[in-house]
Amino acid sequence: MANMLNIDDLKVSLEEEEKQIIKGLSLSINPGEVHAIMGPNGSGKSTLSSVLAGKDGYIIDSGTVNFDGSDLLEAEVEERAALGIFMAFQYPIEIPGVGNMNFLRTALNSQRKTRGQEELNAADFLKLVRGIAKDLEISDEMMKRPVNVGASGGEKKRNEILQMCLLEPRFVILDETDSGLDVDAMKLVSKGVNNFSSSSRSFLVITHYQRLLNYIVPDFVHIMVDGRIVKTGDKALALHVEETGYKDFLQLGKEKH
Amino acid sequence: MTDNYEVRDVIDKETLSTVKSVGDTYKYGFSTDIETEYAPLGLNEDIVKLISKKNNEPKWMLDWRLKAFNRWKKLKQPDWALLEIPEINFQNQYYYARPANMKEKPKSLDEVDPKLLETYSKLGIPLTEQKKLAGVIEEKPEEKSEGRKVAVDAVFDSVSVGTTFKEELKSAGVIFCSISEAIKEYPDLVKKYLGSVVPISDNFFACLNAAVFSDGSFVYIPEGVRCPMELSTYFRINAENTGQFERTLIIADEKSYVSYLEGCTAPQRDESQLHAAVVELVILDDAEIKYSTVQNWFPGDENGVGGIYNFVTKRADCRGRNSKVMWTQVETGSAITWKYPSCVLKGDNSSGEFYSIAITNNMQQADTGTKMIHLGKNTNSRIVSKGISAGKAQNTYRGLVQIGGRSQNSRNFTQCDSLLIGNKCGAHTVPYIEVNNSSARAEHEATTSKVDEDQLFYCMQRGIGEEDAVALIVNGFCKEVLQALPMEFAMEAQKLVAISLEGSVG
Repeated sequence: MANMLNIDDLKVSLEEEEKQIIKGLSLSINPGEVHAIMGPNGSGKSTLSSVLAGKDGYIIDSGTVNFDGSDLLEAEVEERAALGIFMAFQYPIEIPGVGNMNFLRTALNSQRKTRGQEELNAADFLKLVRGIAKDLEISDEMMKRPVNVGASGGEKKRNEILQMCLLEPRFVILDETDSGLDVDAMKLVSKGVNNFSSSSRSFLVITHYQRLLNYIVPDFVHIMVDGRIVKTGDKALALHVEETGYKDFLQLGKEKH
Repeated sequence: MTDNYEVRDVIDKETLSTVKSVGDTYKYGFSTDIETEYAPLGLNEDIVKLISKKNNEPKWMLDWRLKAFNRWKKLKQPDWALLEIPEINFQNQYYYARPANMKEKPKSLDEVDPKLLETYSKLGIPLTEQKKLAGVIEEKPEEKSEGRKVAVDAVFDSVSVGTTFKEELKSAGVIFCSISEAIKEYPDLVKKYLGSVVPISDNFFACLNAAVFSDGSFVYIPEGVRCPMELSTYFRINAENTGQFERTLIIADEKSYVSYLEGCTAPQRDESQLHAAVVELVILDDAEIKYSTVQNWFPGDENGVGGIYNFVTKRADCRGRNSKVMWTQVETGSAITWKYPSCVLKGDNSSGEFYSIAITNNMQQADTGTKMIHLGKNTNSRIVSKGISAGKAQNTYRGLVQIGGRSQNSRNFTQCDSLLIGNKCGAHTVPYIEVNNSSARAEHEATTSKVDEDQLFYCMQRGIGEEDAVALIVNGFCKEVLQALPMEFAMEAQKLVAISLEGSVG
């Protein structure tokens, strides 16, 4: 089976200061797989998700990232989105004055346009969004509000999942999606993700804690320390981390220097 | 706090490298090839007389103009605004230009030169008396849908070329015609109200306008009448080196209501052109006027060559009890904008509202705002100003809220927000608040922010291209003002916001 995403010996520095954050990371993800990346603060997890999504402010020192066999790093942010890459933000952004519906429709139709598909008309769009919102227990009132403005942490994360379901990406990055969620909200979000998963979709779950992985069960767990993957295992590895913390792995990170 | 204002280099570098020429984006930059008749170059008493004669004006009107002209000679151009105004040679302008075949005023729209009609249709202004639906395509024409009619007075250079729906308005008692026609047909109304809101000597540019105004629109809504359709004037400057000086006078008699729209464009030319207009609104007891402007004069190119110098005096006199006025403006064009639509709240319980979006890109400069003069008791005013600055543009909000000693229990609320795109532009807020009695209340809120990189990234990660993302964010920023516009204008304004900011980010 061909890899969907293939990261090969990637090294990334911050643009503003000459500091390397990712120091030679390799990772392959096949369609239908769920990969979790765990690691202590500052290990480079969030940088990895930003680089995959195409955020400004980073310099690629070396290495390659291929998505469906083409060079992902060459593509603009919105092109990556249209290719099927979606990132659920750790801190979803507020956009005052821009209604949720307007935002969602603009996003969906922009992607469709980029892919050469016909734009969705208002009626079809409405039907689609309402169906998804209902499953995620998102009220009509919230759909009318400006994007993420005045929403609670849990509402914002549900909104991210709604966007994911609507845009139907093939590769989803969940960036610390569990942060700031209570158990009920985490169950709801996880249910959304699990319903969405399929044999053609892959997930990269970035998390600090193991608890989210009780709900979204990974095929592979990678421990990231100091810009590298130092250990790869299955769900049992995540449980081990929960018991002992990252201290065993910090040493592994140093040995590799 | 200073961190919030910290300039982000990333956007700006890209701004500089990708600024496209405005010429590509200003879609009204074409000119109409039509034989034009000019008055001789320059300004003197003879020119004033000539303009008056061309309009076949009565003597009282000429006397009024001459009084203004003599006064103007003694006035100095104001320099208090935060604008760098290149020296204007008032003797190197034409003060009157009209299409040659407009010598005999057409009796009806059928007689108007097809070239002129074509110009307006190219601008999207239908001068045929068709139903114009409010931005929605009529899906079932057989259903009895009245649609929304908009009557248009089209002013081309110095003359009004035609007014639509005149007859239908007349049957409702509404007078809507060019001001040159009103001077002849309704002299009593004109004499009574012209200059009663903006006096001859009000300011340098208004005084100049009083002397040389060539045409404009006149509206009278009689007592108790709700104007059956929206009225609009569309101003087009076509001739080169010509100033446009139009004058608009709207009178809303007791218990009447009218919504009025004003649009403006000009061809793209290397020479700057002068536009000095005066708008007077008179509002009597229990009457209401809504006045909306979408100003899209040619803004000059990205190096600041050409463009319209827009010096406009607009004022509403809420003379009557419970009278109401609402100014809404979307200012995207002009190289220089100097404009402060104001409300004089004389009548008890009268209210004035001012909603403004001012966008400046490249080398544009805008110094705009409002004056709320509270004189009557229980008067209310509300100001919502949204300034957006990109490129190397400077954008200033200047406003005066004055609550007089006898204006008991009066209130003002001001909200003034500025948005910056890039790090070469500027936003300035200059509010003056004078409160002369203790029962009054004035509130002022102001914010300055930058188009946030995180917001842009968020939109783009969802698949929205960068320019569309900027337009989306800026339209969100302007939402309260856009909502104050009539529906079809709001749609046009939204698109205009996007077009004006094209090339402002990478």
